[in-house]
Amino acid sequence: MALLEVENLRTYFYTLRGVVKAVDGVSFELEKGETLGIVGESGCGKSTLAWSLLRLVPPPGRIVGGQIRIDGKDIVGMSESEVRREIRWKRISMIFQGAMNALNPVYTVGDQIIEPLLLHTNMTKQEALERAKELIEAVGLAPSILERYPHELSGGQKQRVVIAMALALKPDIVIADEPTTALDVVVQAQILNLMKKLHQEEKMSIILITHDLGVVTELSEKIAVMYAGKIVEFGRAEDIFENPLHPYTKALIRAVPRLKGDIHKLEYIPGTPPDLRSPPPGCRFAPRCPRRFEPCDKEEPPMIEYSKGHYVACWLYSKR
Amino acid sequence: MSHAYRVELGEEILRVQDLKVWFPIKRDITDILLRKPQLYVHAVDGVSFNIRKREIFCLVGESGCGKTTTGKALLRLVPVHSGKAFFKPRKETLEILDAMGVKSENGFVELFGLKDSQFRPLRREIQMIYQDPYGSLNPRFRIKDVLEEVLLVHKIGSTKEERLEIIAKALEMVKLTPVEEFIDRYPHQLSGGQRQRVAIARAIIGNPSLIIADEPVSMLDVSIRAEILEVLLNLRTLLDVSFIFITHDLAVARYICDRIAVMYLGKIVELGDAREVIADPLHPYTEALIAAIPDPDPANRLKFRDLKIKGEVPNAVFIPPGCRFHPRCIYYEQHKETDKELEQLCPVVEPPLSEIKPERYVSCYRYPSIREIVKSGLPTANKQE
Repeated sequence: MALLEVENLRTYFYTLRGVVKAVDGVSFELEKGETLGIVGESGCGKSTLAWSLLRLVPPPGRIVGGQIRIDGKDIVGMSESEVRREIRWKRISMIFQGAMNALNPVYTVGDQIIEPLLLHTNMTKQEALERAKELIEAVGLAPSILERYPHELSGGQKQRVVIAMALALKPDIVIADEPTTALDVVVQAQILNLMKKLHQEEKMSIILITHDLGVVTELSEKIAVMYAGKIVEFGRAEDIFENPLHPYTKALIRAVPRLKGDIHKLEYIPGTPPDLRSPPPGCRFAPRCPRRFEPCDKEEPPMIEYSKGHYVACWLYSKR
Repeated sequence: MSHAYRVELGEEILRVQDLKVWFPIKRDITDILLRKPQLYVHAVDGVSFNIRKREIFCLVGESGCGKTTTGKALLRLVPVHSGKAFFKPRKETLEILDAMGVKSENGFVELFGLKDSQFRPLRREIQMIYQDPYGSLNPRFRIKDVLEEVLLVHKIGSTKEERLEIIAKALEMVKLTPVEEFIDRYPHQLSGGQRQRVAIARAIIGNPSLIIADEPVSMLDVSIRAEILEVLLNLRTLLDVSFIFITHDLAVARYICDRIAVMYLGKIVELGDAREVIADPLHPYTEALIAAIPDPDPANRLKFRDLKIKGEVPNAVFIPPGCRFHPRCIYYEQHKETDKELEQLCPVVEPPLSEIKPERYVSCYRYPSIREIVKSGLPTANKQE
């Protein structure tokens, strides 16, 4: 049994203008100590997926179906208080996007790191501060940071503090939602190095959510490509980059300029992603797909295992 | 493989010389009474470069290095502390400026010495594209209003029909077709990529000769980015326009630019052919930047990235003396023991940006020829006020 099993998860937003199917039938598994990258463009549902895993979907959104099992125990059906007590931050925590806004400006860094420790464990304030010191050193900062306020820190330091907070209760799974998006490349490389180190030393499972194909390969053993609320391809990072199957994955990889090698003409995907209030009836990528043929517009392609551990949802590879 | 987009470049159209943009820090009453000196944020601190017709010239660097401020200074959107920028407008504009009594030399006009009214005709020639396509279009203007406003301001096209024709042509150039379908829409009815194309149409509609594009694709999804880059690349031959392309993304710079200038803390530290600079960086800072960028390759997962830089970017108020990069420089740290001369140069005298290979400029004492320039007492000596 995998550490985390997500099965047919659906999270919809009930807006005045209609139901937005942000995550619509997503399934995957995550083993202990594994790193999974979820890539996709803005609006594909990757952040909503992350919020769903923490049971923190903001209204008017809610999880309308499917299961999220941690060690076999479903958390979708759990009560809010049980999730807060047993799951959130303890089993599964999150490094939020934009560290700048994830910290409370009127509390010191130390106060913010010890808060979950005081709430979830029997530690005294003194013990919690000791643990906070360990955490802050683990992310490569000096303990004196604990007495500072967020505005006194640089962007990279704040991001490290947010990582330290996510690690406070030694969770099994850490979700990192665009952890380096607002940072400069040098700081980004430092943060990615830190996450690699934590993954190797603490055997932590990481779900890395990003739009950046370069960042995702830095950390992920497996990659899920999302498009319009669904996973369209899933496999080992090597499978995805060396033998991409889905036309969307292929196009995405060819749309990114590289730093090394020959300069090829970049390709782009014409059109725009579908409106998730009324997605196309067949394959959601069909309207933009260069390889569209007869079944694509009519019926949704099933997810099939193309080769061992490499899954794809595309009619090019499935028999009807 | 040669790049499909390389084009023949024309004559020089812009020469920037020692541009400085310093923002004064507000002093409170006690500072004034105690006669504390006025402090400045040295956003741009002595930048020189020139641009040729049809060239795409990149300014790259991390946030806060002064790349955007350099672009804004050329449009006189920020107060310039010192420096000169000589710009060669088109003939028609030059005639208008002549009539206003503006002096020109070989067709070049100095931008920062002009009065505001004299600069106005030049605004048609130098245009800007902003990073955020969501914030840069007025939400209450239809697309045709957004574009017609430019025409009205610059008195282009005498009748409504004429203006509509010009608008349609601009939209076709940025591939927002069929034009009829887009012309009456509001910005919120467009996707990010379509909005950015409207912003590009607005920049080209007055037939400019220089476009300053500030991170024009940073906010767009990767699948759309390539399309916008292609539109920009096509424009330079269609319209004979040059670009200053401001970006933090070196892979994009390598793809689109002819030359790049790498900025650090308000100064250009390296300048040269875009592909050569990235394949073979000469300055330790450029090297560190390139080493830090994740290239999409699953093999990277197994290795830690070797960071060739120490510490963090210092405050732009108190610029380090000598080479402003030396406190973070790994080369300096590794070689100062064996190469005693470095200790007398790096923390003391600012290295000049000098040509050490054909068309490759760098400011670093790693290169003996630059030491020679400084030792023979020629230009530079870091002036701090």
